[in-house]
Amino acid sequence: MSATLHPVPTTSKPTLATCALTGCFGCHMSLLDIDERLLELVDLVDLDRSPFDDKKTFDRMVDVGFIEGGCSNEYNVAELKDFRAHCRILVSVGACALNGGVPAMRNAITLRDCLESVYLHGPSLDGAGLIPNDPDLPLLLDRVYPNHEIVKIDYFLPGCPPSGDAMWEGLKALLTGEEPALPYQLCKYE
Amino acid sequence: MSDVQTARPARKIVIDPVTRVEGHGKVTIKLNEAGEVEQARFHIVEFRGFERFIQGRMFWEVPVIVQRLCGICPVSHHLCAAKAMDVVVGVDAVTPTADKMRRLMHYGQILQSNAVNVFHLASPDLLLGFDAPIATRNIVGVIETFPEVGKWAIFIRKFGQEVVAATGGRRIHPRLCIPGGVNQNLTVEHRDRLLKNVDQVVKWCEAALDLHKSFVASDPELYATFASFPSSYMSIVGPNDEMDLYDGPLKAITADGSIIFEGVPADHYRDVIIEEVRSWSYMKFPHIRSLGREAGWYRVGPLAQMNCCASIGTPIAEAARADFMTLGAGGLVHATLAYHWARIINMIHCAEVIRDLLHDDDLQGTDLVVTGDRRPEGVALIEAPRGTLLHHYTVDERDQVTSANLIVSTTNNNEAMNRSVTKVAVDYLSGMEITEALLNHVEVAIRAYDPCLSCATHALGDMPLIVTLEDADGAMIASRVKQ
Repeated sequence: MSATLHPVPTTSKPTLATCALTGCFGCHMSLLDIDERLLELVDLVDLDRSPFDDKKTFDRMVDVGFIEGGCSNEYNVAELKDFRAHCRILVSVGACALNGGVPAMRNAITLRDCLESVYLHGPSLDGAGLIPNDPDLPLLLDRVYPNHEIVKIDYFLPGCPPSGDAMWEGLKALLTGEEPALPYQLCKYE
Repeated sequence: MSDVQTARPARKIVIDPVTRVEGHGKVTIKLNEAGEVEQARFHIVEFRGFERFIQGRMFWEVPVIVQRLCGICPVSHHLCAAKAMDVVVGVDAVTPTADKMRRLMHYGQILQSNAVNVFHLASPDLLLGFDAPIATRNIVGVIETFPEVGKWAIFIRKFGQEVVAATGGRRIHPRLCIPGGVNQNLTVEHRDRLLKNVDQVVKWCEAALDLHKSFVASDPELYATFASFPSSYMSIVGPNDEMDLYDGPLKAITADGSIIFEGVPADHYRDVIIEEVRSWSYMKFPHIRSLGREAGWYRVGPLAQMNCCASIGTPIAEAARADFMTLGAGGLVHATLAYHWARIINMIHCAEVIRDLLHDDDLQGTDLVVTGDRRPEGVALIEAPRGTLLHHYTVDERDQVTSANLIVSTTNNNEAMNRSVTKVAVDYLSGMEITEALLNHVEVAIRAYDPCLSCATHALGDMPLIVTLEDADGAMIASRVKQ
């Protein structure tokens, strides 16, 4: 996290939105790893749009947006842009958001190769297989992109995932405007 | 909020994204002019490509790469890959210390993962109502309305995560396994700290079961019929059909409880299971080979684990299982909402197993790794929190992975989840004015299966865009992203 913080307005309870793009949901699980501090978090913020609730679209500006995962398909890109448009502060959280992470291992391989490997040549396929193709499925991007290549990202919290302690320090700092206590041990680039 | 498209004469309703589940999915429901459901589908809209990009990696790296399939059940993938790599390094049985360390980690993870579904994701529907306001229908609303449940959510999950961290160094994406064994034993400091809390955790899990049973009693008709139908079931089982979530052969039974197959070892999985690809989902549709595409679908997960086993080896969970099976009046339990009940029994079982293991001195043993003669292939099974998980790898003479096939728990439930979505759509939406609360009923059905859509979307797919991508080698898509 950068040391220069933009404290959110304190006139009312700040709002937090979260989303999981192409990742493993581990960063959201690590957010739960703040354990009993969840009760403090509930006091500190109002949860807006998030996989943890059923609010599926934005209807107001939100103070802090928390992005897990990078972008591997058009739905990810649309959601990321929607978060940028509705969040005053946007934070990329975890290895996939910061640099594509493990999903970006596919960037060294062509899509055709991946497709045929999985859907046409899998060892337990029934018959010849086929490649999924439907208007209700998102288009796949040529490779996996880190979020800051698509929209402006204000802060980065590294780790695979960042620990619960790192999550807590980062979030608390953004929500209160205080300096985060993020010693070297809490910042793991992996 | 759902996106209601009003193109007449027919309508298409989209629930996107499905929330309070792990990963990315959406539901589409097509209504005809009379407002009757013509088609309902649960689409998995994410894909990553693990099977392909793992090729070329050194086989000992695999357990720590593939656990990144999922941040809720990384331990399942870590352990299943390690078990497959045990086979590859020529090891048929690891040491007692290694076996028990892995089991301890596994049961700790199932405890925390089940807690996430039971409390953080699904409890808002059951405690606050399927049609409770969106603003409060979440874990924050549960904490504020039922502080005791909020306490269980936080502290049961915390305990499970502490078990994982004590065995693997940290809570998410831990590292314990190496091919042929483990890299550490359990320190007495960790053991003693966990022992201090384990009895309380068992009690909290029992209290959660009592609360769930009061929900069942409040509307037995809803519980028995919601999103429900008879089905086949599959899980691994231990000796004498005792529940074993860590190791054992495959067993499958029909809706009336008769055996389809049993005693099938991991490396014979292709004799009994085969997968179909459908154009509208990135998740494959497995079925039982002998029964064919139409009749061969089945269910996995806690409900299947209860139906397939004959007993549970820990006393409180066994008593709870016997009580649970009375729901089936002598037969199997088919209620989809009963996944939650079964999931809580599993939590009790996990807490009991953890308690027993913590008293076992083998966990402080120092014989950690066994070696053997290298083999070209390894297949392994495990019961993950959401059901049967299979990993299959081939490795060449240079120790590089040459192929990987993963059939994950949620994939096994693909057909069943689609049938539950269809049943709820027909039962609740046909002919009705569509409201958000009614649409949440569809999601309640999906949440019963606790789907892990990240897990299920390891496979990589694409649509006709692939042609464009080939021609331009990605350039066109790149410009699209950066617009």
